[in-house]
Amino acid sequence: MTDYTELSLADLRDGLKKKDFTSAEVTDAYIARIEGAAALNAFITPTPDIARDKATESDARLAKGEGGALEGVPLGIKDLFCTRDTLTTAASHILDGFHPKYESTVTTNLFADGAVMLGKLNLDEFAMGSSNETSYYGDVVNPWRRTGDNATRIEAGKVVGGLTPGGSSGGSSSAVAARLCAGATATDTGGSIRQPAAFTGTVGLKPTYGRVSRWGVVAFASSLDQAGPITRTVRDSAIMLKSMAGHDPKDSTCIDRPVPDYEAVLGQGVKGLKIGVPKEYRIDGMPEEIEKLWQQGIDWMRDAGAEIVDISLPMTKYALPVYYIVAPAEASSNLARYDGVKYGLRVADDKDNITALYEKTRAAGFGDEVKRRILIGTYVLSAGYYDAYYIRAQKVRKKIFDEFQEAYKQVDLILTPSTPSAAFGLGEKKNADPVEMYLNDIFTVTANLAGLPGISVPAGLDGQGLPLGLQLIGRPFDEETLLKGADALEQSAGFTAKPDEWWV
Amino acid sequence: MSIDKETVRKVAKLARIAEPEERLEPLAKELSGILDWIEMLNEVDVEGVEAMASTVETQLPMREDVLTHDYTGGGKPEDIVANAPKTEDHFFVVPKVVE
Repeated sequence: MTDYTELSLADLRDGLKKKDFTSAEVTDAYIARIEGAAALNAFITPTPDIARDKATESDARLAKGEGGALEGVPLGIKDLFCTRDTLTTAASHILDGFHPKYESTVTTNLFADGAVMLGKLNLDEFAMGSSNETSYYGDVVNPWRRTGDNATRIEAGKVVGGLTPGGSSGGSSSAVAARLCAGATATDTGGSIRQPAAFTGTVGLKPTYGRVSRWGVVAFASSLDQAGPITRTVRDSAIMLKSMAGHDPKDSTCIDRPVPDYEAVLGQGVKGLKIGVPKEYRIDGMPEEIEKLWQQGIDWMRDAGAEIVDISLPMTKYALPVYYIVAPAEASSNLARYDGVKYGLRVADDKDNITALYEKTRAAGFGDEVKRRILIGTYVLSAGYYDAYYIRAQKVRKKIFDEFQEAYKQVDLILTPSTPSAAFGLGEKKNADPVEMYLNDIFTVTANLAGLPGISVPAGLDGQGLPLGLQLIGRPFDEETLLKGADALEQSAGFTAKPDEWWV
Repeated sequence: MSIDKETVRKVAKLARIAEPEERLEPLAKELSGILDWIEMLNEVDVEGVEAMASTVETQLPMREDVLTHDYTGGGKPEDIVANAPKTEDHFFVVPKVVE
């Protein structure tokens, strides 16, 4: 009997269309697998009843030869996307019991194409984090584990020695890597799609800012946030992006331009493409394995017929400090809405005035990392500091943007490592300086600041058997060339490794 | 150290987050660590550079000022208050604000 959960999203889609199997069968297989993987804590809210109902509806359409591009395909939804009447938490205590009365544009688009929702996936609280350790609903565990003595295992019903699946989209990356869904939605503000994808041997695509609607996605930093897919293959990402993308009058930054058939470019190869290699991404203290993998990627691209061009992006080292002004500033403004009045948690006693209600609710409802960022954001926007921090950061951001514009006069794509290391242990960096955790996003954050599309593709394993990713960054709204390059990387890497199922 | 305990108290007040007294000092340390690191932006020459707020170069789209008929339209008071911790007749209930 076929194990449906082993099929790629593309193969599932095709098999469903050909009626080789039904969405009900596939959906049941995934529900059983999710039930067996509770130890990974990838889901905050599994929705098996909704999934079964939707699968039955899909099967009825498929039986008549009808149905959309994702008809009957079971997906996981990051719990940052509002889903009508289904608990939406952003992994924060402050959104306790929040059942939106509307549906995000991304999930509306996916469901209109026939996708089946298996549940809401765990994440860092308000997507603020790089290890999925800031979630109110607990850490997510990476299905991958190191080889040898320090391997992850279950002792007395608890996971010991677990690794981070990355963050903030750690539930998405863990679920896709553990085959708990055919693909997942995710969001990326500084690397939150690409870093978790790199840590879990999956493909993560952050589209151009403005390609996908942000409407109904719980806002973190509005000028940087962008939704995209995490999937098992480049083709699967192309398929999901096509459904997720498109103009939306409800998001004024969502651009009105046609959505190409991204799948059509796959297999076209990179012959004749110019691929930039920025010397500033060769940072101090980078493990040799990352360096080697990057060189391997350069060689693969050259062998596939691309021309390698050395480029310089000297503003790179300023990207993270810019990010840690701009993102908290926007977050402090966006998160002002959580006040204990309109939705979610309220903490107050009868004698409290409205200010005490706000202050107590927010103190109880937000976790430490979220509070830290709100305070930083409030500080850099406060009178006397606004010009010195916020305006200066926006000016440096412009210089980073201009530098990429210049680079893209010479090259079509830029190739870098996705992360400065493989997945690290949960708890390993918990007491570290916050800045050390922030450095995880050093290679990914530039694409957010410049609004560019980026993709992480699994490219190999490190000495401990953990996946590593390579990143491609493309021109704005040129996801087609980005996917062409990613497809070539995927072909060359031939990454077929899978985590062994220690959690079952 | 760029931020002291009193600044944290003031910023927490502005952000409407009740921070207990014993958290102010550790927070001052953490926030200073982050801000000291950010100080490296002072090395960059930004003379004559425009501040960039968005990477999208487009005019804000305009539309007729009328109610739409989707979720963003009007006439749904039950939906608006559905998730509120305390309501009365389609109003949000808060502690008395005016004496």
